[in-house]
Amino acid sequence: MLLTLAVNTRDGYGRQGSGHYLNNTSWETAAIGIMAKILVPLKRVPDYEIKVKLGPSGKDIQKDGIKWIVNPFDEIAVEEALRLREARSDVEEIVVCSIGPAETSEQLRTALAMGADRAILVVTDEYIDSDAAHRILAELFRRGDYQLILMGKQSIDSDAGQTGQLLGARLELPQATFASKVVIDESWSTAEVTREVDGGLETLKVSLPAVITTDLRLNEPRYPSLPNIVKAKKKPLEEVALQELGVDVSPKVRITAMALPEQRQAGVKVGSVEELVAKLKDEAKVL
Amino acid sequence: MIVAILETTGQTVPKSALVTIAAAKQAKAAHGYQKAVGVVVGGQGVEAAANEAARFGLDEIVYVQHASLEPYLALAHEAALRSLLEELSPKLVIACATTRGKDLLPRLAARLDAGQASDVIAFLPGGGFRRPMYAGNIIADVEVTSDVKVATVRATAFDVPTAESASCPVRSIEFSGSATSAQQFVRFDTVASERPELTEADVVVSGGRAMKSAENFEQYIAPLADALGAAIGASRAAVDSGYAPNDWQVGQTGKVVAPTLYIAVGISGAIQHLAGMKDSKTIVAINKDAEAPIFEVADYGLVADLYEAVPALTEAIRKAKS
Ligand SMILES: Cc1cc2nc3c(=O)[nH]c(=O)nc-3n(C[C@H](O)[C@H](O)[C@H](O)COP(=O)(O)OP(=O)(O)OC[C@H]3O[C@@H](n4cnc5c(N)ncnc54)[C@H](O)[C@@H]3O)c2cc1C
Ligand SMILES: Cc1cc2nc3c(=O)[nH]c(=O)nc-3n(C[C@H](O)[C@H](O)[C@H](O)COP(=O)(O)OP(=O)(O)OC[C@H]3O[C@@H](n4cnc5c(N)ncnc54)[C@H](O)[C@@H]3O)c2cc1C
Repeated sequence: MLLTLAVNTRDGYGRQGSGHYLNNTSWETAAIGIMAKILVPLKRVPDYEIKVKLGPSGKDIQKDGIKWIVNPFDEIAVEEALRLREARSDVEEIVVCSIGPAETSEQLRTALAMGADRAILVVTDEYIDSDAAHRILAELFRRGDYQLILMGKQSIDSDAGQTGQLLGARLELPQATFASKVVIDESWSTAEVTREVDGGLETLKVSLPAVITTDLRLNEPRYPSLPNIVKAKKKPLEEVALQELGVDVSPKVRITAMALPEQRQAGVKVGSVEELVAKLKDEAKVL
Repeated sequence: MIVAILETTGQTVPKSALVTIAAAKQAKAAHGYQKAVGVVVGGQGVEAAANEAARFGLDEIVYVQHASLEPYLALAHEAALRSLLEELSPKLVIACATTRGKDLLPRLAARLDAGQASDVIAFLPGGGFRRPMYAGNIIADVEVTSDVKVATVRATAFDVPTAESASCPVRSIEFSGSATSAQQFVRFDTVASERPELTEADVVVSGGRAMKSAENFEQYIAPLADALGAAIGASRAAVDSGYAPNDWQVGQTGKVVAPTLYIAVGISGAIQHLAGMKDSKTIVAINKDAEAPIFEVADYGLVADLYEAVPALTEAIRKAKS
């Protein structure tokens, strides 16, 4: 039998946390342990292999018939959550969530096939900017009881790179962005995170719960195996209507026009190193 | 009023701060603001940096100096800037899209209930922002509809301003520090280098997966870079494989550079890499595959084995320069 104690989290923000467990059978010797829940927000984005084209509205890309994937940084976040669980026995649940159209369930299923336990999809066809996205994610966080939010540092479509930090501020949580290494302590009270920053690698200690955003070197995500893809179809995927959340999602950033950048013209092939140096010196005048 | 958050290192004002000043001046003119104020936040030495920043044509410099602000931590800087921004109540807050700027600005945006445009390359007349999306394959014009607006700016899109003869007023604002222990600095592992900083260099030599090892970077790329006084860059593949430190990654999800001369060695030219260097003035590609996409953006392409071409090029450049 498990006893649940309500304990104040240690982050000084006074957020009430529960989910601390005491194993009743070994009462005397048991350290107060915690069974942690991890929230991984992920975004449906166009495949990075495709060459994007302008759509007919001139305010969006051509979305018909293109391939969609899990934002690569979010895949890394899912993988990190799975590795945490595999390395220790106290991860209770890995919940993936996304905001997007109904088809986003495909990307959530991918994460479930990788090994996440359940998924929440906030269904909307509306245009959701980073501001709206973080408000929705904040609401999802509040409805669960999570020790950690792991998410991408940027989505490769909008290249905005804001949502994690917005979420951190909104929830009064510390953050560690651009993570290349994450070490969680035994009691889920702190995380030591190495970050890829200008000039090198910085290591921070943050109290949990916290928002950690992933960088490329954190891990190499696994491919879901066929049996796991089949299993994932049976895992719970809860759809939540946007209206149900009562969150203001009016965008603060609107796209008014899109254009293709000026194309660079291919130059010439040179036949030798000598010719290259001569061109750099006399033609380009850069030596 | 516009507030430009200027990132300083010790007492000096790096290029990222100078281009942020240029961006603030552009925004002031294009979006019709009365005043552009530079803000410097940090520990020891900030006053000197503030005085230095005052020479570049902003209307005022405000600084906050407090021991808790060095080394940089998002939560501490957020706390300092919150009280400062409350006092100044600007309508637009900008900073350079360095890793620090990217880390911090969305936190401020959340506090200010502001929408943020990331990686802005131009402030448009009438109040719009221009920014790349989709690895630079799309240029979008966006409007930010919130009362207060936030933007990070892309360094390569703005020219370093020249110093003026007169300085603008400089003043300090008190900050009592923030007590949070929720985020603590542990250590910094620097990529020690005598070479110019990647984003500040006039010439960049980058190596890709074809380098095959960190030793080959040292043996082939480094001498060429040194002959040119260049910074060294790398593709993601080279960084992932451990041939080069993360700080060297050029591209969509690394650093954006636009030097006078960019030499790509053994790099195929994936769009994610091009996103970080295609605005360079002159691009040279050395690749043994004549079909490599890097040649589509290169001004001068050399189809060759890098292990022969690079030493020869290094030698030829040494000669040409002497
Ligand atoms: C239904 C819908 C319609 C959209 N329509 C358009 C459109 O017409 N044109 C257009 O240009 N853009 C559109 N967008 C994208 C939008 O502009 C934002 O880019 C996006 O939703 C906000 O996140 P970001 O890309 O700015 O995130 P970033 O801040 O770059 O992302 C960082 C991280 O935040 C998390 N995250 C971000 N978004 C979501 C999400 N939706 N769900 C879960 N996690 C998330 C991920 O972990 C991600 O790695 C649409 C988005 C949605 C959901
Ligand atoms: C989410 C995401 C983000 C990314 N962000 C970035 C980014 O910021 N920056 C980045 O660079 N990439 C990024 N990438 C990766 C990008 O898609 C490419 O995989 C990467 O740029 C390839 O690196 P490369 O050109 O060194 O390697 P390859 O593509 O493997 O190219 C190696 C080249 O070397 C040539 N070669 C081999 N041997 C020799 C020789 N002896 N002499 C001469 N030439 C030789 C080959 O012909 C080939 O063209 C990202 C990818 C994703 C999914």
